[in-house]
This record gives sequence, structure tokens and C-alpha cells, in this order.
Amino acid sequence: MKATLRGLALAILGVLVVPVTMSGHHGSASFDNTKEITLKGTVTEWLWANPHCFLKVDAKDETGAVRNWNLEFGNPTDITARGYSRRTFKVGDEISVTVTPVKSGAPVGRARVVTLASGQKL
Amino acid sequence: MRKPLIIGIAAAALLASYAATRAQAPPGGPPPPLALADVKWQPWSNTGLPRIPTDLGPDGPAPRRQLAGMWDPARGGIGARGARGMPAPLTAWGEMVSKTHKSGDGVRQVEAPDINDPLSTQGDPGGYPRQLLFELRTVQFLPTQYSIVAAFMWERRYRTIWTDGRALPADPDPRWYGYSVGRWEDDYTFVVNSNGTDERTWLDNAGNPHSSEMTVEERWHRLSEKRLELTVTLTDPKAYTRPWVALDKLPFVQIPENVDLIEMMNSATEAQAVAAAFRAERELERQQAAPGK
Repeated sequence: MKATLRGLALAILGVLVVPVTMSGHHGSASFDNTKEITLKGTVTEWLWANPHCFLKVDAKDETGAVRNWNLEFGNPTDITARGYSRRTFKVGDEISVTVTPVKSGAPVGRARVVTLASGQKL
Repeated sequence: MRKPLIIGIAAAALLASYAATRAQAPPGGPPPPLALADVKWQPWSNTGLPRIPTDLGPDGPAPRRQLAGMWDPARGGIGARGARGMPAPLTAWGEMVSKTHKSGDGVRQVEAPDINDPLSTQGDPGGYPRQLLFELRTVQFLPTQYSIVAAFMWERRYRTIWTDGRALPADPDPRWYGYSVGRWEDDYTFVVNSNGTDERTWLDNAGNPHSSEMTVEERWHRLSEKRLELTVTLTDPKAYTRPWVALDKLPFVQIPENVDLIEMMNSATEAQAVAAAFRAERELERQQAAPGK
């Protein structure tokens, strides 16, 4: 029962928080909000900064070519509430991340759910 | 068995109401204020304590002439798209200045690499009254013999609101956070008047302008032991054709004073790094559109 309530509370928090933190400081017209892709790759940079955090990830595309993805996150305060910290990623970490990509096809997107090498989801 | 169902229905209603609220907000316009009952405090951070109390416990009657404590407006204070109240029409001067503001939100919104917000791209102080109209997170009031010090989580700034009877300066030298005096209008309403602000700062995240001639009235109304609300009225005849209400009864809840708030600052170093990241995104998009160039 407690677990159900906790899960429900987290789900509500997630729905309430995610859209706001991702649209808080600039427009979203360039993003294809109807699409979600999953990248598996290697972290090349983690920028923990206001007003936005950024994660760069080397991931192979469907042709096998490696592209360096530039992924936007919300600000440190808001994503701290979702379990992130300045030390969540280090260069070389293998991760999986679901992404809302930009419409143009460039390797740019907004991060949604990250799965760390340990299996932990953020 | 029925309890989870009821909770589920309540949650669905809450989500539907939230979605409707967002859908109704005009593009670039202000979001409607949160109802008092919807305000939940945010456990921004509580370093060093194993459990964060989210149950605020029972409320009680408001104490007389007392603001001391830590107050949280939850997400209602963020105000990304601009002040909550609809700004009054701009004067010719206001129009001229507003055209130079390329913001990340609101009606002046541009793509991220083109934003010229001095706060987010250069790490300038946000200034006053933007302190109240954007990223208003937790604020702690610390009364002293002569003043009330307001310590803000966002930017880790503080303001001194003088309560010793002094008047506002008649011809103030502009300051990032202006000059403030406060008095109890009645036992439960603390009124702050401010002037001398720096017109290099933006009014809010939508890039609304203000002049250094602006005066601001804050009304902090103590509703109960754990509830407080804030109304902000702006008077700036150089920038706006009439006074207008930028925040109307924004609700706050009192949170435990042993919450160690997260450090939330906008340093010049980070602002430059974020601006560079946005420029890198634009370059990736340009390469995608014209490969090899």
C-alpha cells in the first residue's frame, strides 16, 4: 500500500515536473515531441550548470557511424529532485538514454529517462 | 481496496486539471496562479538529513506581526513565462527597450543561442524585482532589531528590508536590488516599498523592461501559521502606462527551518558554458542541413 502511494506520488511529480523543467528557459519548437528514441553510448561530457545541464554521448546510428549527441536537461535544482547530481556521470560511462530528438535529424535532443550502467533509472 | 482507487481518481483529476491549466495559458502569456490548496512544498534539498518531512503537520492561527521562517512557493514561484499579472501597455520608452530584449520565454522568445538575457547568458545579478518574478523558490525571513533580512534560495541573494522607520531615499543611486523599507499595515500584513532599482536588469524571464524610476509594493499577508501570500504591484510611468499587479496572492507554505537548501546560482562561468552548448547545438543543426559546409 505504502509502495503504491509512493509510486503514485512519484508518477504525479514526474508528470508535473518534467515538462516544466524542460521548457523553462527557451522554446521547444525545434524538438519533435511526437518522437522518442533510445541511445546507447558512452558519456563524453557532463555539464552541470544553471540554467541547463547538458550531457554529451557518443552513440552509433543505424549505419554504425558514431555520432556525438548533445542532450539537454533541466536546471540542477529540478533534476536533483529526480536523482541527478554533479557526479552522476563521468567521461567513459556506458549509459542508455531515451531522447526527444530535434526535427532536423541533427544529434541533438532532450533527455528523458537515463539508465546507468548499474541499471539505475533516472 | 477502495482507497487506491480513490487516490488514483484524485490523481487523474489533478493531472487533468494541471493539463487543462497549461493548455489554457495563452502562448507567451502568464500562467494562472496556483490555488492555495494545490501548493505543495518542494524538497529542493536537505543535505545531511536522512528523511525529508513532506507532511507539514497541522496548521494553526497566524501569529501577530511575524514573518520569521522559511517559506516555499513550490513551482508557483518559478514564473518562466513572465510575471503572473498581464503587464500594462508599454510606453514608447518601454517599447524601445523591450525590443532589445531577446528572451528565452514569453512573447519575445527567441531560439536559445540568440537569447541575450544578462542573467542567464552573462551571469549578471537577476536584480529586483525579478527576484520575485522569476525563480522565486524558498525565501527565509530573518528579523533583526532594525530590519527583516530576506534570504533567497535562488542566486543565494539577500535583501535588507528596513523596519526602523526610515524613509526610502528620495533620489537613490540605482542598485541591482534597490532599496526597501517595510512596515506592518495590520497584525498580519507586512508591506514593503522599494525604489532605486537598476534598469539594466529585466523585470522577468519574458524580457519585460523596467526603469530605475519604478517603485514596487510587496504585500506579504500571513493567512495562518503555515500559509502566507504575496502580492506585488509595480508602478513605473517611464515604462508602463499604468500601475499593474505582477503577482496576485502567490501562496507560500512554511517549511521546516532545518532544510538545507540546494545551491542554485547562475555564475558567469556556467552561463558561458551553457551559451556555448546552445551554440554547439545550432552548429550541429547547421551541419545537418548542409553537410560538408
